[in-house]
Amino acid sequence: MDFTLLINAIIAGLLIGGFYAAVTAGISISFGMLDIVNIAHPAFIILGSYIAYIVNIKLGIDPIIVSIIMLPAFYALGDAIYRIYYQSFEKRGAESLRGLAFFFGVLFVTEVVLILAFGVDYRYVEAAYIGPTLSFSFVDLPLRILVPFLVSLALFGALQLFISRTFTGRAILAVSQDQGALALMAADPIRIKRIAFGVSIATAAVAGALLIILQPVEPSVGREYIGRVFAICVLGGLGSLPGTLIAALLIGVVESITATFYGPSWAPAVSFGFLLLTLAFRPSGLLGR
Amino acid sequence: MPTFILVAFLVATVVFVLLSLPGIEYLFVAGYIVVQYVVLATAWNILGGYTGYVNFGSAAFFAIGAYSSVALITFGTQLEDLLPESLASPLSLIFPLPIPVLILVSGAVSGLVGFGMGYLTLRLRGAFFAIATLALAVVLQTLVVNWDFVGGSSGAYVVRPSDFYGLTGYIQYLFGLMLALAVGAISVARAIERSRLGYGFAAIRDDELAAEASGAPTLRLKLIATTLSGALMGMAGAPFPYYIGFLQPQSAFGLEYAVNSIAMPMIGGTMSWIGPLIGAILLGTLQQVANVTISSAVNLLIVGLLLIGFVIVAPNGIVGLVQERLRARRTK
Repeated sequence: MDFTLLINAIIAGLLIGGFYAAVTAGISISFGMLDIVNIAHPAFIILGSYIAYIVNIKLGIDPIIVSIIMLPAFYALGDAIYRIYYQSFEKRGAESLRGLAFFFGVLFVTEVVLILAFGVDYRYVEAAYIGPTLSFSFVDLPLRILVPFLVSLALFGALQLFISRTFTGRAILAVSQDQGALALMAADPIRIKRIAFGVSIATAAVAGALLIILQPVEPSVGREYIGRVFAICVLGGLGSLPGTLIAALLIGVVESITATFYGPSWAPAVSFGFLLLTLAFRPSGLLGR
Repeated sequence: MPTFILVAFLVATVVFVLLSLPGIEYLFVAGYIVVQYVVLATAWNILGGYTGYVNFGSAAFFAIGAYSSVALITFGTQLEDLLPESLASPLSLIFPLPIPVLILVSGAVSGLVGFGMGYLTLRLRGAFFAIATLALAVVLQTLVVNWDFVGGSSGAYVVRPSDFYGLTGYIQYLFGLMLALAVGAISVARAIERSRLGYGFAAIRDDELAAEASGAPTLRLKLIATTLSGALMGMAGAPFPYYIGFLQPQSAFGLEYAVNSIAMPMIGGTMSWIGPLIGAILLGTLQQVANVTISSAVNLLIVGLLLIGFVIVAPNGIVGLVQERLRARRTK
């Protein structure tokens, strides 16, 4: 095994893993804390990518800035989706079968609409940091990957502060533990869940912009991420943001080593292997409750 | 029960005769896909509708069936290269295997995969099974893309055998097989509904904890459901390489299988065998027509929107709507 290659693979894996953490953050909130199996999350990420792409091409604005401007819109989208979900499924107690089918339909419709609007060609954005590479002796750090990594960490830190320090954040943690008790404390659990779901979809705007910086995007790219994000979320432990970050870095590194030494076409199998092993041996994940 | 199978076979025969009357081969080409969806939707419903566990990986099970066939067909054509002479010559008498044998083998393989998936995930919360099936599709596609024996990412050509047992053409033979498979799948689904097994499934769907507490062997029941459902999906995929002639991973793992096999039972109604049948015939025919007249992307959009609309507005599907209407009339 080539040492230089190994070090570079590990570093690239850590950087990509940081990006995976941003992709998974939304699922960690919706699936991990609210028990909403939002399999449409990757589709919203792709939607974020395409919005960043359009604005970037038309107006030349940096994709990350676009995504920050889009945060309120994505929050509102999440808010609206949760209202429909609550009225149609959660309230009737039919979330397991029909709620899942609902999100599957949303995933599918989003993808087909993007295909109809933009076709299946790969799209990419332009920014100053796409292209140059920082080199330290034998270690290469492409800015294209380093920038998403740093933005992901910032997003993750902000989320962790929000969840652990603010009243609303703590209420979200509380709703994930005991919804009835929260109502007794005179906080409306449905409102808290709506806010939390809005926040989880808002993260998709940022993750989408980071994705299209990292790689060219076409509408069905999101599907690759479904298995990966749920694997990371389960491996990290449901409802634990620090666990999610560790799991994301771990899967990033293992995928990167697999891609370097066995070929990139094998990398998608890694996350599934992790998912099955976690489910079989430690269903509560690394830092699970 | 035997009367039901007899009637179902009669109906299937009538369908076959009616389709061959105009003498248009395309009717069989399109009809094959519709009947294939009847099998897939019925298979999905045995797990999804009866026990309430959602399988997003129908495409994976379908593809396992299709690729099991491709592997066996390719194996048959390369007997001399793969095996010593003493083994190859007796085997060359039975290869190429007839399609019904391929269907059985494919059913066994995908049933086994269904069992394994269920064993790993069904002891946990229900959502884990759904997520694992989603991931399964991606990983199996990775394996197939990397497996050169069955054509890898570039795909595999399949040469149709020359004999088709006295029927007028090969597509008629494939259509007839799929029709028989559909009759079989529906009979199985209907038999389950009226048996102890079906009541056990329904108990799991309504309240798994209560079912467990009253002594229903929930894990064993769920494993029976995943195995049966997976096996039927694989069987539906087995003749597909012969139908399509050239099988690529993208076509075998197409998202439309996953979407349709969920949308059809949901739109028809998940509570009984007739729901998936109605859903598959309606949606399948609609898509075949839309495919020719509009475009394939638009018709997938229609399916997605119908799925969302039905789960929100009519949770029990068309069958549920009809039952409500009848009940309302009776009380008037």
